[in-house]
This record gives sequence, structure tokens and C-alpha cells, in this order.
Amino acid sequence: MTTLLEVRNLTKRFGGLTAVNKFSTELAAGELCALIGPNGSGKTTIFNVITGIYEPTDGNIVFDSEDISGIRPDQITKRGIARTFQNIRLFKGLNVLENVIIGKHLRLEANPISAVLHLPNYQAEEKEMRSAGMTLLESLGLDRFAYDEPTSLPYGLQRKLEIARALATEPRLLLLDEPAAGMSPSDAEELMIFIQHILETFDLTVFLIEHQMRVVMGICPRIIVIDHGEKIAEGDPDQIQNDARVIEAYLGVENNA
Amino acid sequence: MKLNRKMILTIIALAILVVLLYFAELSLNPYYKRILNLCAIYGIFSVTFNLIFGYTGQFSLGHAGFAAIGAYIAALLTLSPAQKAVNFFLKPIISPLANVQAPFLLALIIGGFLTAMFSLLIAWPALRLRGDYLAIATLGFSEIIRVLMVNMQSLTNGALGLKGIPGYTNLFWSWGSLAVCIFVVKRLVDSSYGRAMSAVRDDEVAAEALGVNLFKHKMMAFGVSSFFVGVAGGLMANLISTIDPKVFLFTLTYQIVGVTVMGGMGSLTGSVISAFLYTVFLEALRPLESQFSIGTLTIPGIPGMRMVIFSVLLLLVILFYRKGLMGNREFSWDGVFRIFRRLNPKKNQDNMGGKQS
Repeated sequence: MTTLLEVRNLTKRFGGLTAVNKFSTELAAGELCALIGPNGSGKTTIFNVITGIYEPTDGNIVFDSEDISGIRPDQITKRGIARTFQNIRLFKGLNVLENVIIGKHLRLEANPISAVLHLPNYQAEEKEMRSAGMTLLESLGLDRFAYDEPTSLPYGLQRKLEIARALATEPRLLLLDEPAAGMSPSDAEELMIFIQHILETFDLTVFLIEHQMRVVMGICPRIIVIDHGEKIAEGDPDQIQNDARVIEAYLGVENNA
Repeated sequence: MKLNRKMILTIIALAILVVLLYFAELSLNPYYKRILNLCAIYGIFSVTFNLIFGYTGQFSLGHAGFAAIGAYIAALLTLSPAQKAVNFFLKPIISPLANVQAPFLLALIIGGFLTAMFSLLIAWPALRLRGDYLAIATLGFSEIIRVLMVNMQSLTNGALGLKGIPGYTNLFWSWGSLAVCIFVVKRLVDSSYGRAMSAVRDDEVAAEALGVNLFKHKMMAFGVSSFFVGVAGGLMANLISTIDPKVFLFTLTYQIVGVTVMGGMGSLTGSVISAFLYTVFLEALRPLESQFSIGTLTIPGIPGMRMVIFSVLLLLVILFYRKGLMGNREFSWDGVFRIFRRLNPKKNQDNMGGKQS
């Protein structure tokens, strides 16, 4: 398998605080990998650096054998990395379908002038965007809400819509930031099955953050654990569950004195 | 077929409007014509502000300054060389401008274009700021423009202003410009680019993560908006025929913000309706500023009285229509059909029957 994403010695400091310290990992194409760790351990910071929201203090991010550290978020998305957010960030002023086709905007070739004049090249692209957006919504079972406001959807579907929107950018790597946050255990399990489903249908690589270890144990073949910005363990669920440092990070040190 | 019916209705409505404008231009007295012209100019101001703030979410307070640039450029290009010599008696105008004269259309377009260029120059650094900071920065730039105009004697004639600008603006120019402005802005906000602008307004981080180039789309909104502000400034100069830097005080910007908010953020229909109401009301309330009597009570003329009444009206709108007169709804023929159907329930049933069969 080829390496799709390589993170080399990534360090991110905010003033005196080191949020991420010399974090390195590799993701192979087609992999489903989870990044877990206690609150404030730097998981989201790693995502923010990979997607260009923060510039790395040190280290490199190589995507598809190209160094992408420090370039703008929209350019990174164009190269094939899409993400969702921990707190839902849907566009409230646009309907469900429009939320999805925003993800298609970056591939639009017609210029604003042809858009204003409704020239044939723009009209064709607009039509294609809409039908591709509808197809995507259909494949995720969201098509009957296409013309609704995103905030009118139930919470779980809003999460799904965020994933749909990210998929519209045609990514090769999808970063999911706590997709199951705030969900009941059964809903979370259903979501994980959904993630596995899109992984196969869209030919993706998925890197996901999860707070609760139990949720990812079932479906992720590989898990990375970080604490205080440093990688403390990496391996399959069994290895992780029995790793002394992981137990320590999650439960604290047993005091035998 | 339904699309055809709407297109026919639109063409008929536009034709009626043109005929009405033609008769208004022929037979109305200059005072009423001037009000109608101002309606259209404020309409342009409000629609363009809506593009920047209502659709793209960038709270820019530079409208007065941008309108000033457009107004001065159009004025300097339409003034005859002889008039310029009369105007610039303290300090002569710089040489190439003294003899340049352009037709009105060209003057408006050049004015709009240069305003857009200048606004983009300001937006380049200012758009790094967000929210209130952007508002303060653009307000500052707008004031800087005005102060420069007071002091650049050989270019703008300073505080003396420009007089005797030929009054080329008539109802066709102003309403025509408004129509073009609405057409362009409406088509833009409904396009993929407009959706991206709305995405920037709703959530910059998410928009960027979905591949929207924030800077490019903000600049686009700014540029298009300023172009039409510049044109409206040019129309204004040629309507009131005398301009000086005081016309473009920041109060003009506040009026535009007020009008747009009253009409509804994200509704171009609202912007236009609100601009019309504002202009007409402000004139209608003018008698309040002179002495008048209610029964036996005589109220002396208080200058600024109409602004007090106007503020009360604005408050009432905000109280009862929290999202402005139109919210974010737009005029559409479907909406008109719906109203007619509601007014005529029997016909409504017939329509339903027709659909089922």
C-alpha cells in the first residue's frame, strides 16, 4: 500500500504552550485510523495543522508526496483533504443541497462574469453541480431534506450532512473530528458503520478523532493515542487496550503507597 | 411554460415601468423628478451595501468615501473646460484634467471602475480584519478620502466643491443604473460565487475548509459593490450639480446602513423598497421642520425634526419586523400568484382540481 499522508516531527506551540510535540505518523491509502486521547491532548490541533488552519511551528506534512505544510486551507482542500468539525459548522443561510454544493465550488471553472450573464459554460457547470450534489445526498439518504434548512435537521443528520459536504470536495483523505460527539452509544455505533460504508464506496482514507475509546475499538484496525501532545501508543485495539501508558493517561496512576 | 408566463410578466412589468418613467420625465415637476432620482440612487447604495454585508458578511462602512470618489471623477469628466476654469479660481486644476471631457456614460463607467480599483486597494489590508475592526478601518478610510478631498485643492477644488456640473442625470439614467445594478447583484448572489460568499458570511473557517478562497470572494463582493457605488456617486453629482466633500460625510454611510437594515439583510427587494420609502418619507416629513400648528398649539420650526420622526419610524420597524421589512425574502412572481390565490379562494380550489386531474 502506498503512503498517502506523512506527518514528520510535527510541533505546534502557542506561545509557551506546546500543544503538539514531535508527532509523526503515516497513513496508507485506504486506511481507517483513529486518533484518540484525553481532553486537551492536542488531537484537534493536529487536524488544524494538517488542514492548514494553523501553520506548524516545526516539522512537515507530506500529502501524496508533496509538502503541504503552511499552505492555505482552501488550497489543501483542493489537493484532496477534507474535514468535518467537532462543533457542527453548517452554513445556516443555505439549504441542505447548497451546503453540499459549496464543496463543488472549488472545481468551478466558469468565471464570475459568465456566472452573472448565465453563459452556457456556467449553466452547464451549475446543472452538473446540482445533480452531483443530489446524487451524493441520495447515496447518503439525505435527499428528501435537500431543500430544508440545515438547522431544521435532527442532530445526527446534521453530522451526516457535514460529512456529505466534505465528501462533495472529492477528497482522498477525510479527517473527521469527533463525528460521534454528543451521540448516544447506539447512534455512535450506527455512525461508525456509516463511516465504514463511505470508506468503501468513496475510495477514501479516513483519519478520525474520537474521545471515547469504546466507539473506535470495534471498527478501527489501527489506533494512535496521544497525551499532552505526544504520541504514547500506536497499534491495533487489543494492543492499545492493554497498554500501560494508555491506561495511565485515561485513568491516572494507581497509587500503591 | 410556467417560465414563459413569468418572463412575459417581467417584460410587461418592465415595459410599464419604462412608459411610466417616460411620462414622469416629461410631465412631473423638477422637485418630484429629483425625489424619484434620489430613490434610485439610494436604491443602488442599499443594494450594494447588502451585497457586502447582507450576503458576504463584511461590515464595511466605506460607502460614503467610495461614493465621493465616483462623484468627483464623474463630475470632473463631465464639467466643461470653461466651467472648470470658473470653479478652480483659487488654484488652477492640474493640467491634463483641465481639458478632458467625456460623455456621461463613459464618465460613470470610469468613475465606477476607478472607485472599484481604489476600494480594492483599501480592502487588501482591511479585509484581514473581521467584524467591528473591519468597520472601524473602512470608516477611517472613508474619512481619509474626504479629508484628502478637502486638501487636494488642485484636483478637487477643496472645500469650495465643484459647481455647475451639468445635470445629465435623468430618470432613465438613474433607474437604468439601478436596474443594471440589481440584475448584476442578483445574478451574482444566486450563482455559485454568491453561495460561496454566503458561506463566508455564515462561517469563515468552514468555508475555507471546503475550499472557498476567502480573500478572493471578499474582494469580489467589495469590487462589484464599489463599482456601483461609484456609479451612484456619479449620478448623484450630476443630479444635484454641486458637490463638496461635506456631501459625503460618514452620516451618508449610516443612512445607507439604516436603509439596508430596515429593508432586510439578504433581500434586494427589501433594500429597494426601503430606499424608496426612506427617500419619499424624508421629503414628505419636510413640512415638520417649518412652523406648523396642531389645533391651537403652534409648534415652531425645528431643523432636524423629521430625523426625529424618522428615527421613531425606524424603531417601529425594528420592533415589529425584527429582520427588516422583507427579512431575506425576495419578490417573485410565484409569491404574487400565491397572494392572488389567497385573495380568491374559489379560484384556488379550481387550481387544485386542475392539478389533480
